Amino acid sequence: MNGIHSTAPRQLCTFELGDMLFGIDVQNVQEVLRYQEMTTVPLASSVIRGLINLRGQIVTAIDMRARLALPPRGGEEPPMNVVVRTADGVMSLLVDEIGDVLDLDATTFEHAPETMTPAVRELVVGVFKLEGRLLLLLHPERIAAGGSTVQRPEEQS
Amino acid sequence: MEDDPIREFLVEGSEHLDELDRSFVALEQNPTDKVLLGAIFRSVHTVKGTAGFLGFAKLEALTHAGETLLVKVRAGELELDVEMASLLLRMLDAVRAMFAQVEATGTDGDDDHIELAAALLAVAHPDAPARTSIFAAARASIAAAARISIAAGARVSMPAAARVPFQVVAPPPPAPAPPPTVEPSQPLADDVGGAKASALADSTIRVDVALLDRVMNLVGELVLARNRILQFGTRVNDAGFANASQRLNLLTTELQEGVMKTRMQPIGSVWSRFPRVVRDLAHTCGKKIELDLDGADTELDRTIIDAIKDPLTHAVRNAVDHGIETPERRRAAGKPEVGRLLLRAFHEGGQVNIEVSDDGGGLDLGRIRARALERGLVTSERAARMSDREVSHLIFEPGFSTAEKVTNVSGRGVGMDVVKTNIEKIGGTVDLSSELGRGTTLKVKIPLTLAIIPALIVTAATERFAIPQVSLLELVRLEGEQAQRGIERVHGTTVYRLRGNLLPIVFLDRELELVKEPRAHDVVNIVVLQAEDRQFGLVVDGINDTEEIVVKPLGKELKGMTTFAGATIMGDGRVALILDVLGIAHRSKVVVPGRERTAADGAAATRAAAEPKEALLVLEVGASTRMAIPLAMVARLEEIALADVEQSGGRQVVQYRGAILPLVALDRAVGAEPALPSEGPLQVVVYSEQGRSVGFIVSRILDVVEDVVKICVGTEREGVLGMAVVQGKVTELLDVQGVLMRDEPGFFRRAA
Repeated sequence: MNGIHSTAPRQLCTFELGDMLFGIDVQNVQEVLRYQEMTTVPLASSVIRGLINLRGQIVTAIDMRARLALPPRGGEEPPMNVVVRTADGVMSLLVDEIGDVLDLDATTFEHAPETMTPAVRELVVGVFKLEGRLLLLLHPERIAAGGSTVQRPEEQS
Repeated sequence: MEDDPIREFLVEGSEHLDELDRSFVALEQNPTDKVLLGAIFRSVHTVKGTAGFLGFAKLEALTHAGETLLVKVRAGELELDVEMASLLLRMLDAVRAMFAQVEATGTDGDDDHIELAAALLAVAHPDAPARTSIFAAARASIAAAARISIAAGARVSMPAAARVPFQVVAPPPPAPAPPPTVEPSQPLADDVGGAKASALADSTIRVDVALLDRVMNLVGELVLARNRILQFGTRVNDAGFANASQRLNLLTTELQEGVMKTRMQPIGSVWSRFPRVVRDLAHTCGKKIELDLDGADTELDRTIIDAIKDPLTHAVRNAVDHGIETPERRRAAGKPEVGRLLLRAFHEGGQVNIEVSDDGGGLDLGRIRARALERGLVTSERAARMSDREVSHLIFEPGFSTAEKVTNVSGRGVGMDVVKTNIEKIGGTVDLSSELGRGTTLKVKIPLTLAIIPALIVTAATERFAIPQVSLLELVRLEGEQAQRGIERVHGTTVYRLRGNLLPIVFLDRELELVKEPRAHDVVNIVVLQAEDRQFGLVVDGINDTEEIVVKPLGKELKGMTTFAGATIMGDGRVALILDVLGIAHRSKVVVPGRERTAADGAAATRAAAEPKEALLVLEVGASTRMAIPLAMVARLEEIALADVEQSGGRQVVQYRGAILPLVALDRAVGAEPALPSEGPLQVVVYSEQGRSVGFIVSRILDVVEDVVKICVGTEREGVLGMAVVQGKVTELLDVQGVLMRDEPGFFRRAA
């Protein structure tokens, strides 16, 4: 038995990216919004889509497809915002669709399967087995961490 | 509710401690100052009393020991000496440590500082017969104060029951009546002083800092809302609305100014710790130093005060450790034994100026230059071309230290680099001026506040950006033909001639990679900016207004972006990025960031930096000597048949292009091993100057290369400037002038 079961959250806010279903502990989710106008940040990596004005607070919008190394969103549908709050601050995750808030049974929680890509595995704490599909539990602090979000390097002379 | 009285205790206690730091140092200078002694006694007594009231027995015991000593000093029975002062200061440190414990754990910790307390009591009872009995007396006294019986050797610990659980109606008053236990009776002769002090306290109130921050944030939001209303006002043609929005504008501005003032703190709050720091440090280094503080009431925003605490402390430590000389050296130099350290703060030009001056030995530019060369921080040519000011700024390079002994006091000189970085991080500048033998002054300039700043709004590739006005020097607009030709390329750099000076130019849209190719414009807008001590021009598409913007920091995800200092919300609700002028200057290489030059990279890095390479002609002279001459000095390379060489007046000459060309055999001229005589044609390098020519005979032309010429080793050899590494091989540099002066003196004498 592993200790994950005891710390797995019970209520998750869920969203979809492609055909994958993700979830974040509701305690970390401040709100969900439809597409917001963004100001792009020149020189930032493609993970940073821009800055949003959230009632006077400037929030960074993270393109979750880019962050999880998934192919870019096709089509005309604008992304939705999942505003996440961690110890490091507030940021908004750009996702395809917002799902429901689900109550989950800790016994359905498991380690992430080995078949995941490294980019996904980096952010996923574990999975909940739902009927017919997996719900991937995300670690919100890890989304902003790592060099993936820093500006593109200057040319070396 | 249990926390409030304890927090109160910690906050007030810390203030008492800071005050006591200053007072003890002052007391050392004036050991009999009654007023000072009274104030000190009151503070210590207060801390002790409240500690006892709150059940912090160890804290109470320690301060009791200090109080015992102070009572005797105040009564004139003992005179304060260095040992006593040091003990009392150590007591303050221990009390601070215990405060930290209280803050972290709610108890005063496990360390009862019994040795320190015993030492204080021992010094307070100097004629006690034996040490052991003093120790016992100390323990007994402390035990009595703590009202806990100590088993022999057991540490003093605080049973939970003794800690007073709190249902306090009101927080304890600043000077509580001493708890009914404890005392050797001490009359509080200074009650009158206490009453006066509280009268003064009534005109100020204590406000929680978090509350102030919230209010400040709200005012920031109000400023944004005001901006939006004003924007609507330009579109709506209603007199009533215009009036109302004007009134709102006025009120918001005043409110903003008022609230900013609440966040202003006098710089004295940072300086208050310096007398103690300087005293301790001077003792450690064996120096005598007098500290003067001028302008302690100069006010700064709280956030800035936090940011400059460490850099200033380090600058002060540096001045004490490395700046001011020992008394012996000062005497030998004819200076007063006591060194002077002056800290000045004042407002000027919309900024706060802070100066740290010492009358020490000053900066030895020669040693700094030498050390920088040693460390590979500059090339010898760069060093030769640097101004005095640039050389003195070398001490801000990381890894630099000219201290003979690296002390653990101020470290390896890494600190000065950190000082500069930290000051620049908040938008400030540092400057150094120094006179060898007389002293050094460090000048720091920092903005008044970080929260709300005036900024110029510009556009580049349809995106809006804000440029802090503090970096703005002027605006230049080029139209028509000037727009086409005003911006030139000189030596591979894009520049604009601004009143005779070449201003490096950076295109904002290209620098931020917003456009792929440069575009031509009818109108060119140049924003002239200041970064460190350099100026450069930023070309933008459009210039909007100057506005007051609220600076919002970028999230942790964007912390690594050097080109942006933050973001703001414009009047239309959209987000705009604030440019970091210094960051842009670094990125576009207009200003070379010092940090990139590390000792490890050494010659390779300096070579990669924009050092001009010279074109060289590499030759073989004599049998095997490798030499080089700047290609710029070579007029032509010729092959001359031996048969054409004639003798004239003891010299070899040849008829050449209608004139007589004197020949100089270089192998003889530089004392190189002569080549074997050959039948083939002579290889001649023709040098011309002002219509006169001379031909240098060499053995072979080896190559033409471009390389950085760095003279590694000087030489005494005639005709040779020195040795350098060219194409990876040791090569001698020909001293053309020298050879001519010796072998062809007539070259220079003949009239043009």
